[in-house]
Amino acid sequence: MNLSQALEIASCTDPGIVRSHNEDSIAADAARGLVVLADGMGGYNAGEVASGMATTVITTELQHLLEETPPYRVEPTTGKPHGEMLLRNQIAKANTSIYQAAQSQPQYSGMGTTLVVAMFYDNKVTIAHIGDSRAYRLRGEGFEQLTRDHSLLQEQIDSGMITPEQAKFSQNKNLVTRALGIDPSVEPEIRAYETQPGDVYLLCSDGLNDMVTDEDIGMTLQTLSANLRLAAQQLVQMANDNGGRDNVSVILVRVVREYPAPRGWMARFFSWLR
Amino acid sequence: MPAKLILSMDGLVLKEITLTKERTTIGRKPHNDIQIDNLAVSGEHAVIVTILNDSFLEDLGSTNGTLVNGQPIKKHFLQPNDVIELGKYKLKYLNDQMAKAPATPEFEKTMVLRPGAAPKAGETPKPAEAPQAAAAMATAQTPPPVSATQPTKPMTASQAAPSPSPAPAVAASQPMSASQGTAAAGGKLAAIQVLSGANAGREMELTKALTTLGKPGVQVAVITKRPQGYFITHVEGGIFPILNGKPLDAQAHPLGDHDIIELAGVKMEFFYKA
Repeated sequence: MNLSQALEIASCTDPGIVRSHNEDSIAADAARGLVVLADGMGGYNAGEVASGMATTVITTELQHLLEETPPYRVEPTTGKPHGEMLLRNQIAKANTSIYQAAQSQPQYSGMGTTLVVAMFYDNKVTIAHIGDSRAYRLRGEGFEQLTRDHSLLQEQIDSGMITPEQAKFSQNKNLVTRALGIDPSVEPEIRAYETQPGDVYLLCSDGLNDMVTDEDIGMTLQTLSANLRLAAQQLVQMANDNGGRDNVSVILVRVVREYPAPRGWMARFFSWLR
Repeated sequence: MPAKLILSMDGLVLKEITLTKERTTIGRKPHNDIQIDNLAVSGEHAVIVTILNDSFLEDLGSTNGTLVNGQPIKKHFLQPNDVIELGKYKLKYLNDQMAKAPATPEFEKTMVLRPGAAPKAGETPKPAEAPQAAAAMATAQTPPPVSATQPTKPMTASQAAPSPSPAPAVAASQPMSASQGTAAAGGKLAAIQVLSGANAGREMELTKALTTLGKPGVQVAVITKRPQGYFITHVEGGIFPILNGKPLDAQAHPLGDHDIIELAGVKMEFFYKA
């Protein structure tokens, strides 16, 4: 099933003002409804290597696997959709690749990356994330964060040690508690959400949400949602205008129309005709 | 370090002036603080008023006018690297206080906090060793406890901070935070006045970061407010807005005082409020 008619995707990535190179990596495939964003870390160019590996391993292999089995087919053993299992497997694979590269090559030692992936199928979006890269949703007037950072700060907020208000002035913004490629295995957080036509999904690296308030991000998406590409550029520009102290990456996905999984012989017949 | 001005002509640096006084006058006559003996420069041409870290440039009704970054100004809140032009002479405004803001970006890089590694106090690395220490922490293969007091990025304009009034210390170290970024642009407030059509005479102040103009679905343009001024960009519609008689392209265009914008058949004037 080709989703390029149902989804509109725009993305933008920028090294920011302060950093000389971009350790973020993004990938998007509208036809298969797949977008991936990774924010790498590690000395020299290791961060770029880690984030690049994450996006490549996840997109290229998933593209193949999705051709073979449609993601909406339910697994008889787990009762979960096939897409979610594929996503979990690919993330594990990316983790292993990065971990092994980091172990075997001294210049890559200790590299890792955060990750946020969104996969659209059957009027749903499945979002997987590790670390502090985020996914947001704009639905009508409402703009909300869908993911919860795997960071020391978020844990401190959750445990009540500090209030979200105090968190704004915390020194621990850059400490993530989970990352891809640091340990032999990693547990991604995976959730599925129903989508509605008109929804806009935003995937971003912390270079955006550290520099631009959620309020301003929401307002920008609302004002410029008619021109997704401009909205993506505007968000990056706002992060840079506010100091641009980290790499900034954004991926925007708008649900243009419904994209239900073909059901019953009629639907299958029509999807076969297409 | 107080702010400085570098006086140059034809790329040749003539003088460096430190802005220590509350009022620094510029003109052709000898009693000025910065004397420029050139006939294109008025006797009392302009003045720079400095309050703490902020400097404001005001043209004193000079014959040939004062330009900042190529735009004629009457009053202007100087930003680092602004170029003031009086005839053939250029004055570049430098402010260390602001340039210093993104203190050692190396500190800000995202690091992984290994699960089970209890944060320990009292391991603050010395500033000079900090980058290496941070790198070592990120690259450590055996999981050492990550110090909770490691060097981290200075506070950013944190997410969901609508209009925080940061503590003075924060303000000094981080003048480019989101709230202040907007304040800087707010140094010069502009407005739009409709010149033709049903709403002729109506005026709209451009206080928000983004202001959209036009009819959704027909022709929409957005005016963005940035630290360096206002810009207009085409958002949607087959026809592009016309600026001073010339149609725009897809790029953002800087707006100058008294520019005429034509959008969906309606003329409006952009101007800076006194």
